[in-house]
Amino acid sequence: MAPILKLIAQRVALGLLLLFMVSVLIFIGTLILPGDVAQSILGQSATPEALANLRRDLGLNDPPVQRYFAWLGGVLQGDLGTALTSGQDIASVMWARLGNTLFLAFWAAAISVPLAIFLGLLAVRYRDRWPDKLISGVTLASISVPEFLIAYVLMFFIGVKLRWLNPTAIGFRPDADVFTKLEAIALPVAVLTLVVLAHMMRMTRAAILNVMQSAYIETAELKGLTLFSVIWRHAFPNSIAPVVNVVMLNLAYLVVGVVVIEVVFVYPGMGQYLVDHVSKRDVPVVQACGLVFAAVYIGLNLIADIVSIVSNPRLRHPK
Amino acid sequence: MNNHMDYLKQRVLAGLMSRREFIGRAGALGVSAAFANTMLSHAVHAAGPKKGGTIRMGFQGGSTTDSLDPALATNQVALMVIRMWGEGLTELGDDGSIRGKVAESFSSSPDARVWTFRVRQGLTFSNGQPVTAEDVVATIDRHAGEDTKSGALGIIRGIKSAKADGRDVIIELETPNADLPYLISDYHLAIQPNGGKDAPDAAIGTGPYILKEVEMGVRFVAEKNPNYWGDLGHAQTLELLVINDNTARVAALQSGQVDMIDRVPPRTAGLVARAPNINVHKTSGPGHYVFIMHCDTAPFDNNDVRLALKYGINRQEMVDKILFGYGSVGNDTPINASYPMYSELPQREYDPEKAAFHMKKSGYDGPIVLRTSDNSFPGAPDASALFQQSCAGAGINLEVKREPNDGYWSEVWNKQPFCTSYWGGRPVQDQMYSTAYLSSADWNDTRFKSEQFDQLLIAARAELDQGKRKQMYADMGTILHNEGGLICPMFNDFIDASSDRLAGWVEGVNGFALMNSYAPLRMWVA
Repeated sequence: MAPILKLIAQRVALGLLLLFMVSVLIFIGTLILPGDVAQSILGQSATPEALANLRRDLGLNDPPVQRYFAWLGGVLQGDLGTALTSGQDIASVMWARLGNTLFLAFWAAAISVPLAIFLGLLAVRYRDRWPDKLISGVTLASISVPEFLIAYVLMFFIGVKLRWLNPTAIGFRPDADVFTKLEAIALPVAVLTLVVLAHMMRMTRAAILNVMQSAYIETAELKGLTLFSVIWRHAFPNSIAPVVNVVMLNLAYLVVGVVVIEVVFVYPGMGQYLVDHVSKRDVPVVQACGLVFAAVYIGLNLIADIVSIVSNPRLRHPK
Repeated sequence: MNNHMDYLKQRVLAGLMSRREFIGRAGALGVSAAFANTMLSHAVHAAGPKKGGTIRMGFQGGSTTDSLDPALATNQVALMVIRMWGEGLTELGDDGSIRGKVAESFSSSPDARVWTFRVRQGLTFSNGQPVTAEDVVATIDRHAGEDTKSGALGIIRGIKSAKADGRDVIIELETPNADLPYLISDYHLAIQPNGGKDAPDAAIGTGPYILKEVEMGVRFVAEKNPNYWGDLGHAQTLELLVINDNTARVAALQSGQVDMIDRVPPRTAGLVARAPNINVHKTSGPGHYVFIMHCDTAPFDNNDVRLALKYGINRQEMVDKILFGYGSVGNDTPINASYPMYSELPQREYDPEKAAFHMKKSGYDGPIVLRTSDNSFPGAPDASALFQQSCAGAGINLEVKREPNDGYWSEVWNKQPFCTSYWGGRPVQDQMYSTAYLSSADWNDTRFKSEQFDQLLIAARAELDQGKRKQMYADMGTILHNEGGLICPMFNDFIDASSDRLAGWVEGVNGFALMNSYAPLRMWVA
């Protein structure tokens, strides 16, 4: 197992370096954007006096490099700082928001990942017959339609016309019981599932079909196994690596890419929090959110790599 | 039949019959659905407000970055939250007149330079502390102080000194201003204990509700203040949810997740109104959508160019196609009938010949660049395209340049010589003119500098004779109409909607959206 430990250590170190570079990029990005936080807070009603007062209070008159290192120093000690706009402690607000986002992502993943893999297996089982074509058609159609449009369509028909579910997630609140919460996120989860399904399903199907060409599959068939158990026992384990890769990419998308869905359904997650603060040029919050998102991406990719190595004896025991 | 209708109305009020059933029965008696609906709301109104229950609102404009400090409030949600817990010295009445709130009465010296506001007897803050004149003075101090970030600074900069004398607050102004009671009704100026100097965002005031739960940019819950002195606040609980997405907001109302929303998009307002359980309310206010030219930058420094563009715009077309009829035509001044001392000017119409004439007279024949973005006002790029076409009819070459939403207010507005923008309007002429048309105003976004206009504005402030004052404002309107850098094609109506779970909407309340933001405090659960 030593090579794996070494690999993980390498990847973690690389990940930290990436995070550092990401934070520099985000900081530069927010500097390039027109306008500053003081102007954004005061908006159209900014007077020169009020602007000057606010800039001084927020420490915007310091040179950017100094501001960046002051921030970095805080982060290394575990202090994410306070939001420039509202003065709230970033960490406490952000963890709560992250919890909400993870809750949504978890349920979307819990439904979409098994469903995608199952549909992929099913598509292989009935390859080139109507179930395969139906599954491919429907999932490709759902990935081709912009997610906000799917959201509006579901909102209108299921929420407003049929009244089966609440059209928005405003019923989601921290103190609600888990069933209320689940009801509140039912529609967002449905939309997210439709969005990520196709990618994972197609990859499962392609990877298994690839393996199905191998000689050992033919052997398994000749042993008299049913087609489904051939796929499940022999083909699927050998196609785990590419499937896990695409699953992890989609999980990362569920955490960091759901901004639009959160805004449309009024769900109090990280996405909405980040969008509000980007438009106000609130650099510390944008930095903190950026770091968390980057960490999620890097972490999930790390897991994908490890799983592919563990599942493949050739990589586990390199010559 | 009348007796039978009355009987039916009573049954609805007593909760023995649904609204839908009532309309159906009324239909059987030959009464149209729309009329039956009106009858019913009158009946509900006549029965008087009911106490208790929860009003849930879905409003646009809140952000995670907001603060509870009233000085920093900039959007509808922040304003609504202040209305719940706080009150100012004065408030705007339904007819646009001004009346005391925390102040029970007010008066001025004959030259309108020294004002006395008497604090209402026996008033307490929601923390139990009595309201004193010192608290009022401290509030004014905080908003006007050296290091303020208050949005009300521009309004109260003219205050020279404020001091307490028993129950009286005596405010001395730099220059006379007959409109001080109007100015001081600004929502930022909620009276706080010690002016909020100790805890600006404590949300403690004299308002009808007490904030219980606060999640910025997401939701606010307030409970009725049991010791509230006035007659506002019928529901026991108010729940305000921030829903910035237009479609989600409308869907939440249609499905009954909320009872009241603001900013129904004009494009869909007609469709929303068709639902039997939803009432769409339209209020004409002082808000307007504008095209602004810098009067000191070529080619707009030539008044003929400005006039050519003013004649080159089709105002009625804008009201029809951009506001979908929810608005009224403008006349190149920022003032309309919602202002207390409004007098009408001859309406300027689309006239391609006059536009071409003035353009030729100006001697300028190059292209004119108009900058616009989606957030400068809803439909601004479309309005710019319409403007371009109507100008083309007069042979004027207007080039529309689309700018990103992000950074529009810091990089384009008040910087570029010709762009689209909007104004929310102000309660009185003086404030609107002082904010944006006085030569020395910070937000003089048309760079309009007219000595005559400035003199009239200053003189009108000190004029207590209403007739003379009205004439002065009419003259100023004429100057702006003929020489200003403002092209004002339309005044936008506020479009709000409530479900029939709520009653008590009053039509035609002067001021801004949602009955000047008093709707949740004045409506009740039917």
